[in-house]
Amino acid sequence: MYAFDIERPATVAEAVAALSNEDAQALGGGQTLIPTLKQRLASPEKLVSLTGVAEMKGISSAGGILTVGGGTTHDDVAADGSYKALSELAANIGDPAVRSRGTIGGSIANNDPSACYPAAALGSGATIVTNEREIAADDYFVGMFETALGEGEIITAVKFPIPEKANYQKFVQPASRFALVGVFVAKTADGVRVAVTGASNEGVHRWSAAEEALSKDFSAGALDGLTVSADDLIADLHGSAEYRAHLVSVMTKRAVAAAS
Amino acid sequence: MPKDGGIGAPTRRREDVRFLTGTGQYCDDMNMFGQTAAVFARSTVANGVIKSIDTSAAEAMPGVLAVFTGEDFVEVGGNPAGWLINSRDGTPMHEPKRPVLAHGKVRHVGDAYAAVIAETIEQAKDAVEAIEADIEELPAIVNMKDALAADHFVHDEIGTNQCFDWGWIEDNRAATDAAIKGAHHVTTLELVNNRLVPNAMEPRCSMAQYNRANDEYVLHTTSQNPHLTRLLISAFVLGIPENKLTVIAPDVGGGFGSKIYHYGEEALVLAAAKKIGRPVKWTADRTEAFLTDAHGRDHVTKIELALDKDGNFLAFRTETMANVGAYLSNFSTATPTFLHGTLMAGNYTVPNVYVNVKAVFTNTAPVDAYRGAGRPEATFSLERVIDKAAREIGMDPIELRRKNFIKPDQYPFASAAGLEYDSGNYDALMDQMEKVADMAGFEARRKASEKKGKLRGFGVNAYIEACGIAPSNLVGVLGSRVGLYDAATVRVNATGNLSVMVGAHSHGQGHETAFPQVVAEMLGIDPQSIDIVHGDTSKIPFGMGTYGSRSLAVCGSAVVRATEKIINKAKKIAAHMLEASDGDIELKDGVFSVAGTDKSVTFGEVALKAYIPHEFPLEDIEPGLEETAFYDPANFTYPSGAYCCEVEVDPDTGKVTVESMTAVDDFGNVINPMIVTGQVHGGLGQGIGQALLENTTYDENGQLLSASYMDYVMPRADDLPFYTVDHSQGNACTHNPLGVKGCGEAGAIGSPPTVVNAVIDALQSGGKNVTHIDMPMTPHRVWSAMQNA
Ligand SMILES: Cc1cc2nc3c(=O)[nH]c(=O)nc-3n(C[C@H](O)[C@H](O)[C@H](O)COP(=O)(O)OP(=O)(O)OC[C@H]3O[C@@H](n4cnc5c(N)ncnc54)[C@H](O)[C@@H]3O)c2cc1C
Repeated sequence: MYAFDIERPATVAEAVAALSNEDAQALGGGQTLIPTLKQRLASPEKLVSLTGVAEMKGISSAGGILTVGGGTTHDDVAADGSYKALSELAANIGDPAVRSRGTIGGSIANNDPSACYPAAALGSGATIVTNEREIAADDYFVGMFETALGEGEIITAVKFPIPEKANYQKFVQPASRFALVGVFVAKTADGVRVAVTGASNEGVHRWSAAEEALSKDFSAGALDGLTVSADDLIADLHGSAEYRAHLVSVMTKRAVAAAS
Repeated sequence: MPKDGGIGAPTRRREDVRFLTGTGQYCDDMNMFGQTAAVFARSTVANGVIKSIDTSAAEAMPGVLAVFTGEDFVEVGGNPAGWLINSRDGTPMHEPKRPVLAHGKVRHVGDAYAAVIAETIEQAKDAVEAIEADIEELPAIVNMKDALAADHFVHDEIGTNQCFDWGWIEDNRAATDAAIKGAHHVTTLELVNNRLVPNAMEPRCSMAQYNRANDEYVLHTTSQNPHLTRLLISAFVLGIPENKLTVIAPDVGGGFGSKIYHYGEEALVLAAAKKIGRPVKWTADRTEAFLTDAHGRDHVTKIELALDKDGNFLAFRTETMANVGAYLSNFSTATPTFLHGTLMAGNYTVPNVYVNVKAVFTNTAPVDAYRGAGRPEATFSLERVIDKAAREIGMDPIELRRKNFIKPDQYPFASAAGLEYDSGNYDALMDQMEKVADMAGFEARRKASEKKGKLRGFGVNAYIEACGIAPSNLVGVLGSRVGLYDAATVRVNATGNLSVMVGAHSHGQGHETAFPQVVAEMLGIDPQSIDIVHGDTSKIPFGMGTYGSRSLAVCGSAVVRATEKIINKAKKIAAHMLEASDGDIELKDGVFSVAGTDKSVTFGEVALKAYIPHEFPLEDIEPGLEETAFYDPANFTYPSGAYCCEVEVDPDTGKVTVESMTAVDDFGNVINPMIVTGQVHGGLGQGIGQALLENTTYDENGQLLSASYMDYVMPRADDLPFYTVDHSQGNACTHNPLGVKGCGEAGAIGSPPTVVNAVIDALQSGGKNVTHIDMPMTPHRVWSAMQNA
């Protein structure tokens, strides 16, 4: 690690002020950022810890919308249970240490192309709430590690419309246990959304052909014959682009079959 | 036998109390007054010419005490290979110098070319970043086949990337060729034994102190064999006299082979401690462990098995390329040769064996012995090709093996690969395996799996290995530059408790529990009154450390011999005390008595007498009760086993799960069955890891893609099934006093082919004509194989 200063604001306003310094960076649960610092791959002058910002923590549900504070840990989401598919997803992120520290805001800000929460947010049609604005998930995830967040912008909450049925299927990359391919399927009155993580060089994305088929007939069989192109999918030592394309179909079918 | 603690008792490991309560003392836990930190500058390219290194900015950084480069070690020796291998044409292997710090060239990613000593680790890291190294990158030599064809070299001075071209047994070559040519059936298989990163839980750490007053050095280091490390540093690298260098390997958190070897970092901290006059510590981070610990395996092999029309084996012939990486690590030349080729007859009466091994330099981390060391490679080749042959000739794989097994009445058996097996009963192992694995129920389990949409497979394997790596006379003939005996000193203290100083080093094996069981059994006393001392060259006799499942078979035998000497002397003292002749003294349950009388003295009373020798026959007996023995066995020991496992394959994703794993081993006599079971468990985990998970991948530029736990898959508990481990079928080793054979590596040797055989069986049961998949059988590889079948 390189040396840095740390600030511990108690409110979003204080945090925003602290982040106005160009070389300051927000620190959520630290489960991505701290390993990066340890490897000397980043050198912020100042870390602004969001852990003490009470207004960014907690989960509430009203009018079919689940609002999860940006500083809420994976463990707390796992324990909540009011949006089952989301809680199950959170319960399968990392290990107990990661879940007890890592936050939804950190995960969605980081937008790792293999992370789980981006699939839930995009698949659910969630809204990302920041200190400045509300951003629809469809507009938020820009590409691998790229989002619509501006400099110093903080995710204060994520709002999930709770669907009729949903499920997340993760085929793990066996070392990191992030998603080699993960598929989040959500069925709402307006139709079906399918979000795919782990597979694409473009990061999390929707599979529109599957959405169309499933909106007509929400059954695994509706996906028979539908395939995903391997173009622009990730290829690495854990799997080729073709393999990932295949897994997208398999995991989508499984998610549909398991949706509840 | 002493209650709960003698030979055969499943005593709990006493050392676990400190390991599990965080009170162990590992190198990095130790801190010295005035200690400084060493950090290395490591190459980021796989192959490059060092044009210049400017350390001036680094030297001026805060807290920096010294900066070293390869220039500083030009005058000292290289780190040698411990085994001389001659090529088939009689020429000796190529042995390029392995310097303390790279000089002239860097040869793999992670190769250290400079080191900074500073007050703190962070200061040293900052200074390393300030070193200006002009390194001109050259094309990397990564793939072995390309390396052999290349016209540029890892070591320019030898003008080839081939270290040696070894034939075993060269005189058998023509007969083997002829047997294959004339055979009824020949099965051929090309396979890869995948490279593994050892991943000991504790990364390497070395801390040196130098005492100007008497010109003495102390090196605390993560070593499996402190005397060997001292010998290498003294005799080859730095030339520090052995009597001026103490090497201490305290608690060591796993080695699996990777901590047998001497590494340049050890020499660097010693030289630095002298230069700056303060203790110097270096602790590897996990990335350094991935990049610089000696890796394991990495063979590419073509094997042929010739059979007659009845399924009798006529010959095995193999051609192997063995990667030795960028430099020769200490055992790197022995591992693919004598620890591999000599086992290529397996458990079989096959009359002809010929093994050809080409060792290849590449711009990758050095490769050396890793749990099993050469023997897993042998077993894997044999047991895979046998399975393939069984399928090709339509014979049950167990029947084919049984048909060719050496039978119990054939021992001692001279194998076609040059070893003399002393004992075994492979059919009995197979019988027991079939029983405890409930083979009869397999078809029902297969149906149940199929109902869930999964393919179920059964895989089997029979292995033999050579353990107790020792006989100095034999290994000397085979090219070893060291002897491989071991040593023990049994010191009976005046108050009757014992300190047993052993040359073996325990870094997870449980010696501190098992060795006292042996001594306690022999003396009939409480094992709790016996402590093992190991790992410190200033305290223990000159032993060769722990690897090759040798500790109990070799060092344990030395303990027995030393304890026998103790008993002899103690009987003399007892005879004097009881006014009898020593021939009449009997030792039972810790009491010496005169045969046929009720006169007796306890072991404790004899001990006290030895140290307070009042009224002592000093003309016949020296005071004190302490004996040392060196033990050099007559032969290797030959553990063997029959393993089987069942797997499920998800045909949609290619994911394999191991549903059961049965290991039936002949370890000879067992001193502590619980420790033995634990050793097998660990080995099975590593073997399953190799078979399914561990994928060490260098890209074409020589970058290690799997250099962290984000990409290198270590087996975790949920990757592994519950094991059935059975060692009821032991046949005592005939030539060591305990009749023990060695159990540390068996699991890692026996399991990989078992798992692969099972996966192939599963795919075949699903109508997929897949005959081989290289390890690790990742979901992607299994799925791809199914697509192409
Ligand atoms: C061993 C391990 C296993 C893991 N497995 C998984 C897995 O299976 N699936 C998965 O999805 N993830 C996994 N993760 C990642 C984990 O979920 C992280 O917690 C998460 O990606 C980052 O969240 P954090 O709160 O720790 O953020 P930090 O590490 O603190 O920060 C990450 C980035 O987000 C920024 N940031 C943090 N909070 C906010 C905010 N509220 N607003 C704006 N920017 C913010 C930071 O500045 C930084 O750039 C794993 C991590 C580890 C270490």
